[in-house]
Amino acid sequence: MIEKLVLYLQYPFVRYALIVGVLIALCSSLLGVTLVLKRFSFIGDGLSHVAFGAMAIAAVLNLSNDMLLVLPITVISAVLLLRAGQNAKIKGDAAIAMISVGALAFGYLIMNIFSTSSNLSGDVCSTLFGSTSILTLNPKEVWLCVVLSVLVVVVFVLFYNKIFAVTFDEDFAKATGTKANLYNLLIAIVIAVIIVLAMNLVGSLLISALVIFPALSAMRLFRSFKSVTVCSAVLSVVCAFSGILISILAGTPVGSTIVAVDVAVFLLCYLAGKILGGARK
Amino acid sequence: MAFLTVRDLSLGYDSHTIVDHLNFTVQAGDYLCIVGENGSGKSTLMKTLLRLQEPIGGQILIGDGLKANEIGYLPQQTVIQKDFPASVKEIVLSGCQGRCGLRPFYSKEEKQLAKESMERMGITALSSRCYRDLSGGQQQRVLLARALCATRKVLLLDEPVSGLDPKVTTEMYELIEGLNREGVTIIMISHDVAAAVRYASHILHIGDHVFFGTKEAYLNSDAGKLFLLQAKGGERA
Repeated sequence: MIEKLVLYLQYPFVRYALIVGVLIALCSSLLGVTLVLKRFSFIGDGLSHVAFGAMAIAAVLNLSNDMLLVLPITVISAVLLLRAGQNAKIKGDAAIAMISVGALAFGYLIMNIFSTSSNLSGDVCSTLFGSTSILTLNPKEVWLCVVLSVLVVVVFVLFYNKIFAVTFDEDFAKATGTKANLYNLLIAIVIAVIIVLAMNLVGSLLISALVIFPALSAMRLFRSFKSVTVCSAVLSVVCAFSGILISILAGTPVGSTIVAVDVAVFLLCYLAGKILGGARK
Repeated sequence: MAFLTVRDLSLGYDSHTIVDHLNFTVQAGDYLCIVGENGSGKSTLMKTLLRLQEPIGGQILIGDGLKANEIGYLPQQTVIQKDFPASVKEIVLSGCQGRCGLRPFYSKEEKQLAKESMERMGITALSSRCYRDLSGGQQQRVLLARALCATRKVLLLDEPVSGLDPKVTTEMYELIEGLNREGVTIIMISHDVAAAVRYASHILHIGDHVFFGTKEAYLNSDAGKLFLLQAKGGERA
């Protein structure tokens, strides 16, 4: 098995997939803690559906680089969803359900009507559940992913303390002069970027898992914000790395394998948390 | 010029007015208790004073060297916070966030300030404990320490003793009284009128009868007598 692995690792496309997978996993886990704690996890879900709709439009328009269309549309939707969440008149979750299901339906409709490909259901399936496209990355796409990931990590580190303050107590932060709305906006934009990045890896239906599971696992084990954040990043990277390797060796779909590993790790952490928590008391 | 001057303030949600024509002032060193029945607009007044909500009409003027973001705040606990994985130190330090502006990390002075606040509140020993594992009284001390990091001038406390047992309640009141003696101006929302009358220097009563004045004047006013009587009746019942 090791020999088989070494053989595969000699191919550049396997190395690209590992690099991109690990970077995406790292980015998506960073904001997971904030999303879970702020009860924003559904925004990730809504946005991924929007990204699917945008992807469908890009596919129909035959754009050579669909990022150029998908990224702005997702970012704009993130801002709109956040506004809707703060608006007391329209319930935030209802607004998100509206936008996300609408985008999903329109995406499929557009793909159906203006289809340019011969294998429509294959296209749809790979956009929803992740595709083998992670194994066909060219160096340009890898670089784009590296640049965006580094950007996300830098933004997160620079604004770490502000994100903590806004997550823990938005009212207090606002009252004492922190521009909470601005940072909420920043969080939403970063989430949008992460979701567009992660679509390549696990597909739009499974992105939420990548964002939420490492954070929830880490929260079972650790009790300070910093350790939870670091732990969820480590868990996410390990899960993505082993998930990709397993999928290459066993020939399973990349996205769902990674998510399956995430779920398994969550169950382990849950049990460990129960046992440790019981021992502590 | 007082720290806070409220002129002809109207409060409410959307266009629905809860309180009309509110006038009061807070001087440096005052201990103001805001009392009133449930739903009389106490929390709305608090949010408006903190500029989290726009008033429907009237003005809130700040002066005497107080800046708008130099008002510390002890909120009622939210659901999110009860299950939040954060250490005491991280939370107290986040009180300094308002001073940072765009600077990404906390300075040495701010870390020192957080340390002093924790010492003042007697929670230094808890500094690496997880917030959600603490008792209600300890959690309030943590949030108070955080508020002290934000300012040493004015503290707004929203029902600081709700859900605490009698012994811890008394400790909390004494802690707040101590801060007031050190020169921190206190504005506290409370439905515990007996404690309000014992500790406060001024009382603002909102509801059907609006009253603002010193504690002594409140005890002799119709609104005060009525409310105290009701509160006593409520305790007996």
